[in-house]
Amino acid sequence: MDELLVEFLTETFENLELVNQELVSFERNPSDKVALDKIFRLVHTVKGTCGFLNLLRLEALTHAAETMLGQFRDGSVAVTEEAVSLTLKSIDRLTVILFGLEKSGAEPEGDDRDLINALKAVGSRSHVPHAAEPPTASEESDEPEDSVNVDSAVATRSIRVDVDHIERMMTLVSELVLARNQLMQMLRHDEGSEYKAPLLRVSNITSDLQDSVMKARMQPVRAAWAKLPRLVRDLASELGKKIDIEMTGGETEIDRQVLELVKAPLMHMVRNAADHGLETPQERHAVGKSETGTISLNAYHEGGHIIIEIGDDGRGLNTRRIKEKVLREGLATEAELAHLSEKQIQKFVFHPGFSTADRLTNISGRGVGLDVVLSNIEQIGGAVEVKTAAGAGTIFTFKIPLTLTIVSALIVEAAGQRFAIPQVAVTELVRAGPRTQYKIDVIHNAPVLRLRNQLIQLVRLDEALEMRRDTAADPKLETLIVIIEAGARVFGIIVDNILDTEEIVVKPVATVLRHISAFSGNTILGDGNVAMIVDPRGLAAGIAENSEALTPKSATDGELLAEQDDTTAMLIFRAGGREYKAVPLALVTRLEELDVAHFEVCDGRHIVQYRGRMMPVIHLDHADRLKSKGRQPVLVYANEHYAAGLAVDEIIDITEERLEIELKSQRPGVLGSAMIKGHATEIIDAQYFISQVHEDWLLARLDGVARALKGEAA
Amino acid sequence: MSETPDMGQDEGEKHITFAVGAQLFGIPVARVQDVFMPQSLTRVPLAPPEIGGVLNLRGRIVTALDIRGRLGLPSTGTQTIAVGIESNGESYGLLIDEVGEVLTLDPARFEPLPDTLDAKWRAVSRCVYYLQDSLVVVLDVDRLLSIDATSRG
Repeated sequence: MDELLVEFLTETFENLELVNQELVSFERNPSDKVALDKIFRLVHTVKGTCGFLNLLRLEALTHAAETMLGQFRDGSVAVTEEAVSLTLKSIDRLTVILFGLEKSGAEPEGDDRDLINALKAVGSRSHVPHAAEPPTASEESDEPEDSVNVDSAVATRSIRVDVDHIERMMTLVSELVLARNQLMQMLRHDEGSEYKAPLLRVSNITSDLQDSVMKARMQPVRAAWAKLPRLVRDLASELGKKIDIEMTGGETEIDRQVLELVKAPLMHMVRNAADHGLETPQERHAVGKSETGTISLNAYHEGGHIIIEIGDDGRGLNTRRIKEKVLREGLATEAELAHLSEKQIQKFVFHPGFSTADRLTNISGRGVGLDVVLSNIEQIGGAVEVKTAAGAGTIFTFKIPLTLTIVSALIVEAAGQRFAIPQVAVTELVRAGPRTQYKIDVIHNAPVLRLRNQLIQLVRLDEALEMRRDTAADPKLETLIVIIEAGARVFGIIVDNILDTEEIVVKPVATVLRHISAFSGNTILGDGNVAMIVDPRGLAAGIAENSEALTPKSATDGELLAEQDDTTAMLIFRAGGREYKAVPLALVTRLEELDVAHFEVCDGRHIVQYRGRMMPVIHLDHADRLKSKGRQPVLVYANEHYAAGLAVDEIIDITEERLEIELKSQRPGVLGSAMIKGHATEIIDAQYFISQVHEDWLLARLDGVARALKGEAA
Repeated sequence: MSETPDMGQDEGEKHITFAVGAQLFGIPVARVQDVFMPQSLTRVPLAPPEIGGVLNLRGRIVTALDIRGRLGLPSTGTQTIAVGIESNGESYGLLIDEVGEVLTLDPARFEPLPDTLDAKWRAVSRCVYYLQDSLVVVLDVDRLLSIDATSRG
């Protein structure tokens, strides 16, 4: 294509984009003459260039838009929504024509009389007889010169560089970084070398060069926000809501490549906020909020990342409705949900096919949105968080690495080979073993880790990659676990060794290897060897197919214990005496240690505030054996409506057992005895104790259990 | 193996020949980047069996192909030489046993693949060339590189 045309296209796309933004902004401040002048000049410039290049269709339409702007300027047309919408539509049409021009090298065939006539109609209808001076010939001729003067001052401070050129520089610098890493590695083995000083100098210069080239690719994030005010304006009118948009931190810089990938997710989040987050003016008024809702965008740097917050002051996420939807769609069972914190439940909104919207709207209804957003952000090595307050609003936070090609990675070893795990996915490193506080349990043949209040699924890296292990796992040794958070999933990867953190250059794998979901790329480590880069999400997807759910599903808990072949996870504890007691773990919602100072006595019972509810606490031994101070271990049984705590003296263990109740008991609250790990253990009927405090407590569920257990006993 | 005496240097296509097992193979020189000794091959878990691994060659990551696997020959794991090939901007290294000479082959004397040739060999070969005492199987590089990703051996 003609060079002149290419330049015209680049500049005009930019100018039209600018007009778009400025016009939306001007609409809110119709008295801002400076803004209006700017818009007029931009459009005037476009018109002039179109005429110069003999692009008649563009020229005609631009002329109509310019006339309207002129009428805004001299006050003969009021700045109404209708007038501005029409002008914006014209800008859109111009952009479409430009796309056509770009594609084929000539203006596409078409007729813009619809817009031109509409503009004329508004123009003549709103004609306010006005004594303002009509633009004189001298004024018109002044305009182009003014804009030239203004622009030339700006023009000299920057130059246009072809994007491919910068990409090439970036590639070269990445190669240089790799070579530099190798040299530095070699230097470590040769301390007294005469190469040391010059190599260090080269190293420093390489780092500076890397920073410099990365900066050249940086653009302010507001480039990604540019289209949002217009989008919000259109959404507001479509949805019949009043919406403001606030953007702070737009000058925060972000890599050009990352910027391109973040644009779509941002637009979707804004659509989401407008459609689902914000209430209608009537709803807002009814709860005492201002009728105009606000969507706020904020960006800043933190560590090696850019943080982008998309917030709204709307209705917030409704955890209850999320739970209902989760259950309805079969995404999790009640037992599983009961184990999750509020935050974890909220994360279900990122699950594919999930949408709590009652009606599917054009804009963002079908639930294809948030999971795609999450996937897009994670693909570039980022993460998404959500914070919400019912009735007050929601904030989604994107955490995105500043650059894609060079990432921070944890180097680990498995089956004698090294692998890199992107640092952004790693939340914690855990050492489990006999001498540490962390233990690994096996539930349904799958290893799990008890980490604070969660049970985390574990996978051996060597097994997931189908590599042969050299030595069998020695239970006396420690197990190293890398805790990963990939989207909504948290799990742990067992590795043989954790080595180092390195800045690595990510290189795509060869086409023949691209289908392997466990890897997202490969890299050359500092010592010159190639290492595969693990993709946590790919690995997670692989194990989901192979293992069962973590918490044993219990359609009815009776079934849980009635299966003779299956083992049951039992929680072993002591309560009032030295004998061991046990209950099925699956029925326990949570193990807690509650501060005795928070216990109160009410109506002859102990009560404690637990997660926003009053929970009665009783000791299994009837007698009042609660601790007088410090922390009291409590087995929490909870569902949507009730919570009850069974206080015990000490939690001993969790173990998988084939439960065989040998001696039936007549004592209330005790189902019988069983041998567990060589100890005679009393199997407790929790239902009995809970029904002491809640009459209609989950009778069907626990009743089923009790019956099953009694049925089993000889 | 010597160059066929009646071949002028300008007529004919230059091929690099190499041995895998007892057989001599050839690849047009135009497709070959270099011949090198692979160092520190890194295994790629879950990869098709033809992938010998990945390695670092002067800063490039090269994917090593064990063509013994492709040819249905048992893998020896002792290949110390590789023929470097580039395809679609990606670098590959064919692991071989021994590198032979550069021969100039007359296209007029390319023969179609004999029916007796193993099916696996036919899948990756273009034609054969009869030398004085031996046979060169001319490989089809593109077909050699198109590995069925789902094959797990």
